[in-house]
Amino acid sequence: MILLDASTCVVVQGITGREGSFHTEQMQAMGTKVVAGTSPGKGGTTHAGVPVFNTVAEAVDATGANSSGIFVPPPFAADAIMEAAAAGIKLIVCITEGVPIQDMIRVKDFLRGYPSARLLGANCPGLITPGVGKIGIIPQRLTLPGHVGLVSRSGTLTYEVGSALSASGMGQSSIVGIGGDPVLGMTFTDVIALFEQDPETTHLVVIGEIGGSDEEHAAELLGRGTRLKTVAFISGRTAPEGKRMGHAGAIISGNRGTAKSKEEAFRKAGVEVAETTDQIVGMLK
Amino acid sequence: MKLLEYQAKEVLASLGIPIPPGKVARTPEESAAACRELGPVAVKAQVPVGGRGKAGGIKLAKTPEEARTAAAQIIGMDIKGFKVPLVYCEAALEIGREIYLGFTVDRDARANILMLSAKGGMDIEQVAEESPDSIARLYPNPWRGPLDFELNQLVYKAELGELARPLAALIKKLYRAIPELDAVTAEINPLVVTKSGELVAGDAKLEIDENAAYRRKDLEQRFGSMLEGDAYEVEAKKRGLTYVSLDGEIGIIGNGAGLCLSTLDLVQRAGGRAANFCDLGGGAKAEVVENALAVILMNPRVKGVLMNVFGGITRGDEVAKGLVTARDNLKMQLPLVVRLSGTKEEEGRKILKENGIEPEGNAWAAAQKIVQLTKVTA
Repeated sequence: MILLDASTCVVVQGITGREGSFHTEQMQAMGTKVVAGTSPGKGGTTHAGVPVFNTVAEAVDATGANSSGIFVPPPFAADAIMEAAAAGIKLIVCITEGVPIQDMIRVKDFLRGYPSARLLGANCPGLITPGVGKIGIIPQRLTLPGHVGLVSRSGTLTYEVGSALSASGMGQSSIVGIGGDPVLGMTFTDVIALFEQDPETTHLVVIGEIGGSDEEHAAELLGRGTRLKTVAFISGRTAPEGKRMGHAGAIISGNRGTAKSKEEAFRKAGVEVAETTDQIVGMLK
Repeated sequence: MKLLEYQAKEVLASLGIPIPPGKVARTPEESAAACRELGPVAVKAQVPVGGRGKAGGIKLAKTPEEARTAAAQIIGMDIKGFKVPLVYCEAALEIGREIYLGFTVDRDARANILMLSAKGGMDIEQVAEESPDSIARLYPNPWRGPLDFELNQLVYKAELGELARPLAALIKKLYRAIPELDAVTAEINPLVVTKSGELVAGDAKLEIDENAAYRRKDLEQRFGSMLEGDAYEVEAKKRGLTYVSLDGEIGIIGNGAGLCLSTLDLVQRAGGRAANFCDLGGGAKAEVVENALAVILMNPRVKGVLMNVFGGITRGDEVAKGLVTARDNLKMQLPLVVRLSGTKEEEGRKILKENGIEPEGNAWAAAQKIVQLTKVTA
């Protein structure tokens, strides 16, 4: 397992909102230690059975929270990330979709001052360690404890592939959704390096999509040698050039960034590439 | 939001960057009138894509008669899938030299990058490939913007030292588009140095971050309505859908951008072509599915619809209900193939079956089936 284990204590930022509220309960239902929530002006109350604080710093002081899940609306997401980092949170998972790019660029610069803080997202489904806990919105029932590491840019494809793995009896060590925005926290490379060091992980599935060059960097890393049996999949090979496809990330720019470039990079690195998601499980076995 | 050239230039002018005199013309007559007022003009197609010059979308006109003819040829022309709604008639410049200036988001660096090159006016991508060193680059601090000495360094690195002062001042103005307008890409290519030594924006591209639309409502109101060339995309936007028109005949509905993209791939693999990309997003309710189907069926090219949904947060029963209601309300006659898995899949499939829709077990089988069914009706 990576990033999330038995020592993970979560503060939910935006716990009293509709999304924050619902997913806090889902996280608790699978045993995640949610120790606090924040909601400015609602400090001192209790929500979903946990104490609510006005600020993350107060929550950390009072409960020892070391991780955070962010469910605040887009205009407040960047500030929420920086608040968490400044309060000493080590793993920040920002689920919020629709965060302005310039906000994320400033956040990335700010986080240079907090080298031990890791950010996942924004606009990501979060992560789950089956049987242990989750931060975010990945449905627990699609997962199964095991040895496959799964890292993905797409939410729904993560669910689909996770579910197919579980159905075939291949459990997962951890599932990490890095998100589809152009400016992100952790990259494929960051997450794969963690899986590489995790003794419980023996297999790896990488689900990328067109745009950017994180997949190419991941391929370079894997090409330098890995003990993980790996299958990669790239969505968007038929997307027309220059058309924007929802995820702001899915914009083709230059030669790198196309599905072809990404698939070739993986093949060159000796990584098998699935042409459809249905093929992934069979190729991994 | 990608602005048209004349809109981008309006914005540049508001930031204090000089632009040539110009007029928008929606008819050949307006184009002739613009030429009478401005003298010799370039008549330029207004589309939110590059490469319009090569596509015949820019013509020089010395007389009002030529301007009329040029506009008649260009308005209505199809450039990379965009029908040209209007032209921009712009006074011809006395060009001394041409510079490239732009900024964009460097995804790898997770930062804005400012780029300046003395080799402007030609295909900058080719310049970048053949002589990357001739493009000077600067990553400004996103909290305070570029400092004067950094801009100075940039200008000298680009070997444009003789223009150091006016150029640094102009770049500073352009940079304001980032903090003040949430621009993610801006490009002035060429940035013209006129024979009298002045800097003028010869062309302009500007893209505003759609995620920031909530705090840039003024821009959206001023420019938003002109931008969408496609009637279905306009309608989809009104209904709050993530929708992109494509040129095939199979309508696609999916949930999640990645799943939608992979559905397009499957349809192509099965030998068909998608008519659109339509992402229901997470947790879609019945009403969203109805809206999606309504927009897709507006397009007469559509011969059948494939819905591919994997429920994580989205509930299968909600999606199935929405789909059945929409099909009945819209009196849909075309083939409809559904793949529905994940949360509440049993309930969802039951609803589909009760209403005469046989759900497919996996996405690949569903893609093959819709391609086969649409071929039969073709």
